[in-house]
Amino acid sequence: MSQLSVNHLLGIKYLTKADIQLIFETADQFKEVINRPIKKVPSLRDITIANLFFENSTRTKLSFELAEKRLSADVINFSATQSSVKKGETLVDTVNNILSMKVDMVVMRHPSPGAGVFLSKHIDASIINAGDGAHEHPTQALLDSYSIREALGSVKGKNVVIVGDILHSRVALSNIYALKLQGANVMVCGPKTLLPKYIGDLGVTVETNLKKALNWCDVANMLRVQNERMDISYFPSTREYAQQYGVNKALLNSLDKKITIMHPGPINRGVEITSDVADSNQSIILNQVENGVAIRMAVIYLLASKIK
Amino acid sequence: MSQKVLLNSKEVNIILHRLACQLIENHNDFSNTVLIGLQPRGKFLADRLAKILREDYHIKALQYGHLDITFFRDDFRRGEKPLEANTTTINFIVEDKDVVFIDDVLYTGRSIRAALTAIQSFGRPNHIELLTLIDRRFSRHLPIQPDYRGRQVDAINKEKVLVNWAENEGEDAVYLINK
Repeated sequence: MSQLSVNHLLGIKYLTKADIQLIFETADQFKEVINRPIKKVPSLRDITIANLFFENSTRTKLSFELAEKRLSADVINFSATQSSVKKGETLVDTVNNILSMKVDMVVMRHPSPGAGVFLSKHIDASIINAGDGAHEHPTQALLDSYSIREALGSVKGKNVVIVGDILHSRVALSNIYALKLQGANVMVCGPKTLLPKYIGDLGVTVETNLKKALNWCDVANMLRVQNERMDISYFPSTREYAQQYGVNKALLNSLDKKITIMHPGPINRGVEITSDVADSNQSIILNQVENGVAIRMAVIYLLASKIK
Repeated sequence: MSQKVLLNSKEVNIILHRLACQLIENHNDFSNTVLIGLQPRGKFLADRLAKILREDYHIKALQYGHLDITFFRDDFRRGEKPLEANTTTINFIVEDKDVVFIDDVLYTGRSIRAALTAIQSFGRPNHIELLTLIDRRFSRHLPIQPDYRGRQVDAINKEKVLVNWAENEGEDAVYLINK
């Protein structure tokens, strides 16, 4: 197996276990590359990539851009706030105009779930989904699993709890798919209002007591409360949320074992996680960011090799 | 398909010792020299030469590593299959060092061209040499020649040279395969 089974990365749902394995093995080599004195390789010198961000992003955008530049691709950036989208242009028109400038690959973040799938039916370029609404964020899930593999040796058989705003989180859904595919046991934990009603159908266990969840798990992936996606109140106050579902040092120390703490960022310090936990040696948050570049280089490299 | 033995185990062993001696002749105690085996197949030759230099010729401070050139190749997206990467293990900087590239077969010279670019990620070497077990002399696409060669072979393009190693294929031998 030396080739991905897909031509686009639209979601983890479309990947096989072998695809994930191949991405991880390729990322291992890129991780070595980005730790060299000179961090650049010339592989993609004839490829042009458009980063289309119809929604705000710092980490993901920078990480993709860095990955593309480290592979020597030509990069063009686009953000919806400064573009003709404001003048009423449709998504297909916007992208087709960009593709007329001979772009080979599109990295897209969009507020509408399924935007990547829709686009893949209308254009020829290879598409990487960098987050579509509350649906999927495949590269984040890949880098999360890769970080677990790096910290604990493997993903298979590990107990992973995803804590917080599951309802609005694309990171949660992609993580559930990726972790289940690799044979991990997955639990979701949060206030009932932020847990989708039929989430159990995905093969995850549901828990509303944070301490019980943490005692069960090897890894806790803490999610941010996505206030920008909430049109109604899902819990009484941020303070109450932090008391019930925030992880602090005292809570960690009261557990039977030492667990690994992850967070996809951006962190709301003092809400889902306190500063002393985020900066502790149990946290692998900054490793996740470093691995993000290697994972994105691997995904781009493997997809680019399929462009005819 | 027919195959012919170019070198047997005994001949490979004699050549390896000769190459080791030639390296010692030019590099003395290897204090400023690093050996770089090119992945995937040059690794075995580099490992074997390093072993001979350390055990039979008592070279103590031998620095050597493996370099993967996948991301530096000039045929990305030109073949049917994607180029699969291997591991690079170079735990030192090659700045001002005398580098010896080691590969099993020198054919078109394109891998060496890629290696010359790839090694720049680890600094600016003082000098680079090339050691190869088999030199297919009439097949070059680029002006690249070895400094140390085990055996020169006049193979035509549809023939393939296969190098087997005891640690990988169970025997030391070199075959010429007619496809």
